[in-house]
Amino acid sequence: MTHVFKTIWFKFAFAMVWLYFLLWPLMDLNSDGTITFDKSFAVWIRIVVVVAVLLTLYRLKKRGTFEPVANGVHRVTAPLRSRLGLVPGWVWLLLIFAFMLALPQFTERRVHDVVISVLIYVCLGMGLNIVIGLCGLLDLGYIAFYGVGAYTYALCALYFGLPFWLCLPLAGIFAAIAGCIIGYPTLRMRGDYLAIVTLGFGEIVRIILNNWMSLTNGPNGVSAKPMTVWAPVFEGGFHIEAIPLRNLADLYYVIFFLAILIIIGVHRLNFSRVGRAWEAIREDETAAELMGVNTYMFKLMAYAMGAMFGGIAGAFFAARMGFVAPESFSFMESALVLSIVVLGGMASIPGIIMGAVAIIALPEVFREFSEYRMLAFGGAMTIMMLVRPAGLIPAKRMGERGEEKE
Amino acid sequence: MAETILELTDVQAHYGRIQALKGITLNLEKGEIVSIIGANGAGKSTTLMTICGIIKASAGTVRYKGQVINDMSPDKLPGLGLCQVPEGRRIFPRLTVEENLDMGAFHRKDKAEIKRDVEMVFDLFPILRQRRHQAGGSMSGGEQQMLAMARALMTRPEVLLLDEPSLGLAPIIVAHLFEIIKDINKEKGVSILLVEQNANIALNTANRGYVLETGHVVMQDEAQTLLNNPDIRKAYLGE
Repeated sequence: MTHVFKTIWFKFAFAMVWLYFLLWPLMDLNSDGTITFDKSFAVWIRIVVVVAVLLTLYRLKKRGTFEPVANGVHRVTAPLRSRLGLVPGWVWLLLIFAFMLALPQFTERRVHDVVISVLIYVCLGMGLNIVIGLCGLLDLGYIAFYGVGAYTYALCALYFGLPFWLCLPLAGIFAAIAGCIIGYPTLRMRGDYLAIVTLGFGEIVRIILNNWMSLTNGPNGVSAKPMTVWAPVFEGGFHIEAIPLRNLADLYYVIFFLAILIIIGVHRLNFSRVGRAWEAIREDETAAELMGVNTYMFKLMAYAMGAMFGGIAGAFFAARMGFVAPESFSFMESALVLSIVVLGGMASIPGIIMGAVAIIALPEVFREFSEYRMLAFGGAMTIMMLVRPAGLIPAKRMGERGEEKE
Repeated sequence: MAETILELTDVQAHYGRIQALKGITLNLEKGEIVSIIGANGAGKSTTLMTICGIIKASAGTVRYKGQVINDMSPDKLPGLGLCQVPEGRRIFPRLTVEENLDMGAFHRKDKAEIKRDVEMVFDLFPILRQRRHQAGGSMSGGEQQMLAMARALMTRPEVLLLDEPSLGLAPIIVAHLFEIIKDINKEKGVSILLVEQNANIALNTANRGYVLETGHVVMQDEAQTLLNNPDIRKAYLGE
C-alpha cells in the first residue's frame, strides 16, 4: 500500500516538473529578449496545488474514506432517481425543446450570438458525423463544403438576387455535388491516404475561393445579403413583403429549426438500411462488400450527404455574418469540427451536441483567459480522451454488451 | 454426373508484381463439399478472394452457374447466391449479433422470410440467440466464427466459400463447427468450397480435395484417397 502510495506521488512530482518545463518557455521567454521565471511559476504553483488536492481526494476515495457519506447521499437520492427514471424520454426532449424555444426571451445578445455559433457547429458536426462517425472515413477537408454552401448563398444573392430560402437547398445541392466531385477520385483510398487527400482538397477549395478574383472577390470576401421572410405588412395598404431578418433572436430561431431538421434527418439515416450499410463499411469494408454492400456508392453517398448538411450550415453562416471570406474556411475550422465529433462521441447525436457546446461555448465563457485558452483547451481534450475515450456521450450501439441490457 | 456450379479455369492473380495464383483450375459440383488444402502462402485465400472479385483475376475465367463473373462487382454476388466467410471471421465488431445478421440479408427485401431465416440460424447456432443484443466483437472466437457463418447463411447462398473456419479455435469447437458445416451441406443443399490448413478435418469433411502449392494445383482427388496418400500424410498431416 505504502509502496503504491509512494510511486503515485513520485509520478505526480515528475509530471509537475515536466509541466513546468512546458510552461516556462511559453510564458517567460519574453519578446524583448529577457528571461524571467516569476510569471510561469505563479501559474504553475496554482496548478500544483489544485492537482495535489484532487489527487489526495482521489486517493481517499479509492480507500473508501467517503463511502459512508456517499452511501448516505445515495440513500436519499435513490427514490428520487428511480422516479425520474420513470419519466419517458420524450418528456425530457419536450422540456429541452421548450427551453430552447424560450431561450431568446430571457437572455441577452451575447448569449444569442454564442448559441447561434453552437447551433451552426451542431449542424456541421452532424454532417461530419455521417462521414466519420457512421462511415468511418477520416475527412480533414470537411470545411470546404461549409465554404461552398456559404459562397453559394452569397454569390447567388449577389448575382441573381435569389432569396435565402431558395439558396438554402441550392447550397445543400451544390455542396453535395462538390462532395461527389471530391469524393469520386479520393474515396478509392483508405485510411491515412484518404485523410491526406481530403486535407489537400479542402485546401484546394479554399485557395480557389481566394484566387478567383472575378467571381469571389478573392481575399477581400463578398458581402452576403441578410435573409428575408415573407410577412404581411399593413403600412400603406395590406400587402406581403420580404422583410430582412436582422434581429439575432430571429436568426436564432431559423438555425434552431434548421438544426432540428438536420438532427432528425441524421437520426433517421442512422437507423435506416443506409445507416446500417455505412456502419458495416466502418467496421470492415471488405466484409461489407462480401455481404453485398456496394461500398463505393455508399461511401460516395455518405460523403455527399455530409457535404449537403455542411453546405446548409454554410448558407446560414453567410446570411448571419452578412459577409464571407476564404479565411473562414481554413484547416483550423476542419480540425475544430473534427474535435467536436471525437470529443462528443462518434456516431452519437447527443454526444455531438454536447461536444459542440463544450468546444464552442466554453471558450466563450472563459474569454477572460483568452491568452491561455488553447492551452486549457488542449489540456481538457487530453484529460477527456483519458477519462472518456469513447466521447462525452458514447453512441449506444458501439460496444454495448447484452448482459448490461438484461 | 452432377451439374458444375462453380468453375475456375486457369485463373491467375497478382499482388502488384508478385504472382500469387499461377493458373488455378478447379470445379465445384452442386451439393458437394470440396476442400482446398495447402501451406501458408500457397494461394488458398487468394483463390477465394479472386472468386469473389475482391482481387481481380489477371487471366483465366471464373464461372458461376455458367456465367463468367470475373468482372462482376463483388457486391452483386450475394444476390446471385455466392457468399464467402472470409479468413479471420471479419464480423462487424461494434454491431450487435442481430445487426450483423441483418447485414447478411442486406440484398434481400423479403422481410418475413428474413425473420424466418434469423430464427433458422438461431436454431442452428443456439448460442447466438442468447447473445443477440451483444456486440459481435465482445464474443469469443468460436462464437464469432459461428456468427460469421450465420451471417453468410442469411444471404441464402447456393455456394458458400469458407476460409479457414478452424483458425485459432479449440479442437472441440472446430469439431462442432465442422458438424454444422456438414449439416448445412446436407440439409440445405449448399455447395461448399472449404479452404483449410487443418488438412485432416478438412479432408474428412469433404468429398473431394485440391492441394495447392505456390499458386499451382499440384494434386486433386477424392478426399479419402488424398487422406491415404503417403506424400500428403507426410506434408500436411505431420507424419
